[in-house]
Amino acid sequence: MTNDEMHETDMTKALIVTLHDWWEAQLERPKIAKVHLIVGKFTCVEPVSLEFAFEVQTRNTFLEGATLEIQETPLIAFCHRCQQEYRPEIGIQYACPDCRSPMDDIRSGRELKIDRVEYATEGLGIADCRF
Amino acid sequence: MHLTHDAALGINLLHANQEGADHNRAHFDEWGITCFNIMSSPGAGKTVLLEKTLATLSNTLKIAVIEGDMTTELDADRLRQYGVPVIAINTGRSCHLDSRMVAGGIHRLVHEYDPTQLDLVLVENVGNLVCPAEFEVGEHAKVALLSVTEGEDKPLKYPVMFREADCLLITKIDLAPYLDVDLNRIEANIRQINPDVTVIQVSAKTGQGLDQWFEWVRRQCH
Ligand SMILES: Nc1nc2c(ncn2[C@@H]2O[C@H](COP(=O)(O)OP(=O)(O)OP(=O)(O)O)[C@@H](O)[C@H]2O)c(=O)[nH]1
Ligand SMILES: [Mg+2]
Ligand SMILES: [Zn+2]
Repeated sequence: MTNDEMHETDMTKALIVTLHDWWEAQLERPKIAKVHLIVGKFTCVEPVSLEFAFEVQTRNTFLEGATLEIQETPLIAFCHRCQQEYRPEIGIQYACPDCRSPMDDIRSGRELKIDRVEYATEGLGIADCRF
Repeated sequence: MHLTHDAALGINLLHANQEGADHNRAHFDEWGITCFNIMSSPGAGKTVLLEKTLATLSNTLKIAVIEGDMTTELDADRLRQYGVPVIAINTGRSCHLDSRMVAGGIHRLVHEYDPTQLDLVLVENVGNLVCPAEFEVGEHAKVALLSVTEGEDKPLKYPVMFREADCLLITKIDLAPYLDVDLNRIEANIRQINPDVTVIQVSAKTGQGLDQWFEWVRRQCH
């Protein structure tokens, strides 16, 4: 196992623990069919590895059979000098492309959020409705 | 009756870890302890830096170490020679410390020592550049190390840890003359990502820059 894969395993473990704490605190606990995540590009989470690790690690748990749906958000920074947003090129260049100011405020890309879960409803398959 | 088919959570994926970290930090605050989380890729020089730090600062500051190591107690044994409490946490297959492991370490520490007597707890994280930075353990400051042998572009390729660091040590600068490496370039790459970070160039071998590091450590202790 490489370091990166192990990292996803740990990240998944952390996700499952957080979900479990939340689930335990609910009055009703229907079966969870899908977990929606919002994951920023400027985090160490690799969505594909996370999905894989999630499938493996939820076997025989309250999340058995649940799938992950990951929405990625881009890295967007705000340059105070130019008063404008820009998209740094991850791995290459983070400073403002116009004035070379360093990356200061990050407006998007650091998210690691559990947005919502979908419950499995018997007979109906997956129900998905926001309320 | 309204059937609930989905539930909005809006909570952080690492919420459980974060709660544990806040809990650890509250204990540190209660005891008057400052805690650093020390991170780097494997072999960047964390343990040697801790040795130098203990050798110089343990007369004036009461220091304990929490040592995360994947399998061995080798690093912990090196540090015990300085006569300070060292708690070794075997992280097993996990590639970084999390707040629960550190809570276990704190528990063992206070079992043997009076925490109100301590000023500083140094946590050496597992050598890994990918992301111990996402898992807070209850620290007051994050210290990241980058050795000159790792290359100038590391901060650009693994930006998260460098973004999160409060203090960045460029280590092994005694080796710089033998390598094709530009220290100013490394620093510029770090500052692109984290303009406010304190950058200190050190060599544990020659002692260069260590005074500046000690000074920074003293300033963080309350
Ligand atoms: N030349 C030189 N070598 C150094 C310096 N600091 C550390 N080293 C060497 O780098 C190697 C690794 O140092 P460690 O302190 O064990 O590194 P570490 O970050 O604790 O390593 P892990 O805990 O395994 O991740 C050792 O062989 C050290 O002697 C330095 O300032 N100059
Ligand atoms: Mg070490
Ligand atoms: Zn600009």
